[in-house]
Amino acid sequence: MSVFIDKNTKLVIQGITGRDGSFHAKQMMEYGTQVVAGVTPGKGGQKFEGTVPIVNTVADAVKATGANTSVIYVPPPFAADAIMEAAASGVSLIVCITEGVPVLDMTKVYPFVKEMGVRLLGPNCPGLITPGESKVGIIPGRICLPGPVGVVSRSGTLTYEVVYQLTRAGIGQTTCVGIGGDPINGTNFIDCLEAFEKDPATKAIAMMGEIGGTDEQEAAEYVKKHMKKPVVGFIAGQTAPPGRRMGHAGAIISGSAGTAAEKIDAFKAAGMGVAARPMDFVELIRERLK
Amino acid sequence: MNIHEYQAKEILRGYGVPIPPGEIATTPAEAEAIATKYGTAVMVKAQVHAGGRGKAGGVKFCKTPADAKEKATAILGMKIKDLTVEKVLVTVAADIGSEAYVGIIVDRATKKPVFMVSAAGGIDIEEVAASTPEKILYVPVDVRYGLPTYDAMRMGFFLYEDVKLARAAAKIMQQLYAGFMAAGCSLAEINPLVVTPTGELIAVDGKMVIDDNELDRKPEIAALRDESSEEPSEVAARNANLTFIKLDGDVGCVVNGAGLAMATMDLVKYYGGEPANFLDIGGSSNPEKVVNALRIITSDPNVKAILFNIFGGITRTDDVANGIVTATKANPLKVPIVIRLTGTNEELAMKILTENGFTASSDMDTAVQQAVALAKGGK
Repeated sequence: MSVFIDKNTKLVIQGITGRDGSFHAKQMMEYGTQVVAGVTPGKGGQKFEGTVPIVNTVADAVKATGANTSVIYVPPPFAADAIMEAAASGVSLIVCITEGVPVLDMTKVYPFVKEMGVRLLGPNCPGLITPGESKVGIIPGRICLPGPVGVVSRSGTLTYEVVYQLTRAGIGQTTCVGIGGDPINGTNFIDCLEAFEKDPATKAIAMMGEIGGTDEQEAAEYVKKHMKKPVVGFIAGQTAPPGRRMGHAGAIISGSAGTAAEKIDAFKAAGMGVAARPMDFVELIRERLK
Repeated sequence: MNIHEYQAKEILRGYGVPIPPGEIATTPAEAEAIATKYGTAVMVKAQVHAGGRGKAGGVKFCKTPADAKEKATAILGMKIKDLTVEKVLVTVAADIGSEAYVGIIVDRATKKPVFMVSAAGGIDIEEVAASTPEKILYVPVDVRYGLPTYDAMRMGFFLYEDVKLARAAAKIMQQLYAGFMAAGCSLAEINPLVVTPTGELIAVDGKMVIDDNELDRKPEIAALRDESSEEPSEVAARNANLTFIKLDGDVGCVVNGAGLAMATMDLVKYYGGEPANFLDIGGSSNPEKVVNALRIITSDPNVKAILFNIFGGITRTDDVANGIVTATKANPLKVPIVIRLTGTNEELAMKILTENGFTASSDMDTAVQQAVALAKGGK
């Protein structure tokens, strides 16, 4: 079992002929993801790598192939429209990898996606992977291992670091989800925690947060009230100076809300394990799997 | 991106917001000439990207042109939070009856732009929010419909009992909203919004922060960037497509990805060191980026050791290795370097580094400990 994607996921890739899109399309296909179609307007009728049909619109892809998930690699100015196109086409999950989407575009897209009843992951996220079954996005497949841990994170390479350390210690994962670091994203920590709590195969959860905003505090509150499964958390940015932007648009400290100390306190108050360093996840998760 | 008060005011003026006339001066003589032209009392205001300008002595009331010249002499060249004042705004001084706060930010929780208005303006709005939250009205805006008049009027009446003032305020909110959307802001505020003794509403101060992701499609806004008012190393980094923030420590960090970069800084601190910077070389793979990163880091005289922490996903670690070799051949390092890299093309990267006399490890914890020890003068 897993969350959001599995071996039955049928994927359409928006921007399949672009530089990033084509590179990652091959990686996902090699990993075993069912890539059923690619979208590049004007290239409909061609084939990607001689096998994957290219169509002009996401709606065409859904109609012709039964695609249920879309992944977006289009450049930032076109990303908002690509998300809306996917949401209107009938897929149930949209993963937007694109970095640099203007936040005001997202204020328009978010309510549209919600009203369509579609799940959006990202933008500016590494996507997700269910080890051994399917990967959608850019998380390197070889650092993952099938197993009992659900992983959810706001950052990309930090996720890889923790997953890699877990895998090296022989601790596998049900699904690893990167929710992205932008101020407005489609799926938050709570959405993922809820899914992991419901997933029978997930026995423990590793959660990596960052300074800025209050998502982690709300997630801690959710853990306290609704979760029976153990959760271990980490906050990046404990040494970041206040008021400075650290690359992710979301990692801005505003007032007292959003400091690392505040988030770590919320984790402790919720009875969660707290990893002081990325490597501490290994022991903390191992204890909770016993 | 931060823009100056005078730039924000120019944008808002374009949308009809009533703002007292003002011009920029870079010398005391210019300040005097502008004040003479207005023929009335003026404010001389430092234009720097820092809060607390008034408290720092960067905002002064001047009765006469001679006074404006004297105050401008004092303010130009002064330092506010380490930033040198290069320009002052000379603007007609307003008679102030009452002061309100009007702001709009993109809110993570509601995922919408949200107005915040308060009759308790002119002072720190965070303080008002913390101690007397009932004095702030929050109004989220659905961008698909814009700011409807009834919502703008709700805010107008929250600030003023008089219907004329409420209407005038509502109009200003809609103008502010239009400017906020058009400029691609993540924050815009008028503080204070002033009622003059004659019952007119004017915006005495304006602030805008632009979403960096908007700059590519809004070249006219991007052109407002004032590089002279930014940390030079941060300007160099941005021009090299790196995200860099200078800090006070001595361990120079080069990392890929913002989350891992912050976690690396935290780990430096965990082992008793102090990071000299935050530096994210980003996801894409390019030896040139590494060369630029090393140049920026080594130009900081505080740096006693350099730490690379690279987890190759999209980033190819052999590109990073090649970048390190190229950069150090051109400019031999004067401080020790510790390299941790793992992931895509790791074997190739290790080979490149070893052949060129570097050692590298694949473990983050060990590498950080080593870098901290070296920065402290250890071996």
